[in-house]
Amino acid sequence: MTTSTTSTAAPPTTGIINPHATGTSLANQVGLLARRSVRSSLSSPAGYMPGIVMPLILLTINSSGLSAATRIPGFPADRYLDFAIVITFMQSALFATSSAGLGLVRDIESGFLDRLALTPMRAGALVVAQISGAIAIALGASLVYISIMFITQVDFHTGPLGVLALLGLSMWTAFSFATIGAWIALRSGESEALQGIFPLLFATLFLSTTNMPRDLIQADWFRAITRVNPVSYMVDAMRSLIITGWDGRVLLEGAGVLLAVSLIGVAGCARSLRRRMAKA
Amino acid sequence: MASSENNGIEVRGLVKQFKKGPKAVDGIDLDVAPGEIYGFLGPNGAGKSTTVNMLVTLLPITAGRATVAGWDVATQGSHVRTAIGAALQAVALDKFLTGREHLKLIASLQGITGDRASRRAEVLLERVGLEDAADRKVGGYSGGMQRRLDLALALVHEPRVLFLDEPTTGLDPQSRTALWEEVRRLATDEGVTVFLTTQYLEEADVLADRVGIINAGTIVAEGTPAELKAEIGAPTVELVPASDADRARLPGLLAQFGTEAAPEVPGSVAVRLHRGDDRASLVSIVRAVDDAGVAVREVRQHEPTLDDVFLLKTGLTLEGAASDADVAASEPGPRSPEPAPADPTAEPVA
Repeated sequence: MTTSTTSTAAPPTTGIINPHATGTSLANQVGLLARRSVRSSLSSPAGYMPGIVMPLILLTINSSGLSAATRIPGFPADRYLDFAIVITFMQSALFATSSAGLGLVRDIESGFLDRLALTPMRAGALVVAQISGAIAIALGASLVYISIMFITQVDFHTGPLGVLALLGLSMWTAFSFATIGAWIALRSGESEALQGIFPLLFATLFLSTTNMPRDLIQADWFRAITRVNPVSYMVDAMRSLIITGWDGRVLLEGAGVLLAVSLIGVAGCARSLRRRMAKA
Repeated sequence: MASSENNGIEVRGLVKQFKKGPKAVDGIDLDVAPGEIYGFLGPNGAGKSTTVNMLVTLLPITAGRATVAGWDVATQGSHVRTAIGAALQAVALDKFLTGREHLKLIASLQGITGDRASRRAEVLLERVGLEDAADRKVGGYSGGMQRRLDLALALVHEPRVLFLDEPTTGLDPQSRTALWEEVRRLATDEGVTVFLTTQYLEEADVLADRVGIINAGTIVAEGTPAELKAEIGAPTVELVPASDADRARLPGLLAQFGTEAAPEVPGSVAVRLHRGDDRASLVSIVRAVDDAGVAVREVRQHEPTLDDVFLLKTGLTLEGAASDADVAASEPGPRSPEPAPADPTAEPVA
């Protein structure tokens, strides 16, 4: 084995053909890549339509099928639609998992990540951009759902400020799930892993308080699961803005769970990104 | 013309060992001079792409040291990436973007924005012949068009060192020739140092100023194509016998003229002529065969090729080594080998 005999490399001081190749700011990098992420998602209806339409289909089915639940003593809303509309926001946020993750996986599988890694781009910019792109799509979907709330005259107990708070919580939820999607994508580099996690996320949604308040769930095991299921706290926080009014305890619990999931997602992303971009 | 100072590549004792695997690159040394086109020749799985991935900072090195454009790939990666352009083995494109959007995105990430980015995109689209397809999504491009765009992306920021990992695989002959001309122009007119991996003998022979031949992670020969072929010296003569009986007599008859070599035509007999032996010539062989009454259908003379060099150094032909390597390739993501272009030096004489 030959050992190193070269002297320490001196920085080139002459002969720079590419004086402009100094890169661009982190904010610009994120902006450029986020625009690309959104455009890529919007260029294929299959990429964004399920995230908007599927929650509406589920809402329609649940509202018509479970409307009798409002007759149960103690049910917190007069119309099941008022209670269930939050499903759309939650499900749209769940789609952010795949939006952010699939964008990254596509770049990994196509080698485009390597192409980007050979530019002065900061590694984190791509992840932030993909997450931003996923949030932008979730924002679009949430605006559609808010319009539907107005059209269907959902009784919104916290007024215009509550609408903004709902939008904020919805985006935070999308962010936290997007970080989980990005983490899985960076760790596995395979679309199969993301597709595999999606049914699990849906099961988590249904095993929460999405369809029924916890106190009215008869089965003990189901009630116990909703207690440890973080999605329940996110749903309850968003729902409280619609049907209860400003409930500090529920909102704080929701924010706490969102913070925890976000921190776990961001930490996982950072760790997996470091490992994947294990370059000099 | 820009100065080409500090545009070289220096590699000393470079090693890459993947987890639970053999050494994909096993202590190679090489030097590429500024403005030089260095051909890195070897079969699939030999260690070419692994070497490139280490030199462009996409893969951490296990041991050894390498500098590119004066920067250490292990500790000064961001500087290396600023100085280099790379078109890696698999084209790296986003199928949802157009060709122009690709170029403008990469230009922007390199800090070239606005009108400058647009102008640069125009120049490169024209240079790689994609003006008409510039605003189509690359998902609809042919393989050759994608590869040309990939090369253009590597050139966006006018790199000082260019890495091309099997750049002509999948290209039609016309596109291949155009790419060779562009690579030559970059080296000659712009002083760009080019590190080119290939498994095509013709490509290395025609394009490279110097060639390194790698097999099983080790460089087995290095020099200009002419120097390497000069090591072989004498040509090979191959005879296609008319019958099995004639075939049986040929090896004994030819032994006086040289050493047995691997024939290209199945069933034929080949001999590499002794160097410096006046009696060892095509004419002598034809006379001897004729005198002995052995009937042959065809006689071919091959000038020494890089494949002969590879055979001399490894005991394998590049084609055979490629087949072996396909079975036990240790490089990540090796592509299926495509048929190599026909040996241009094969010269039927009878």
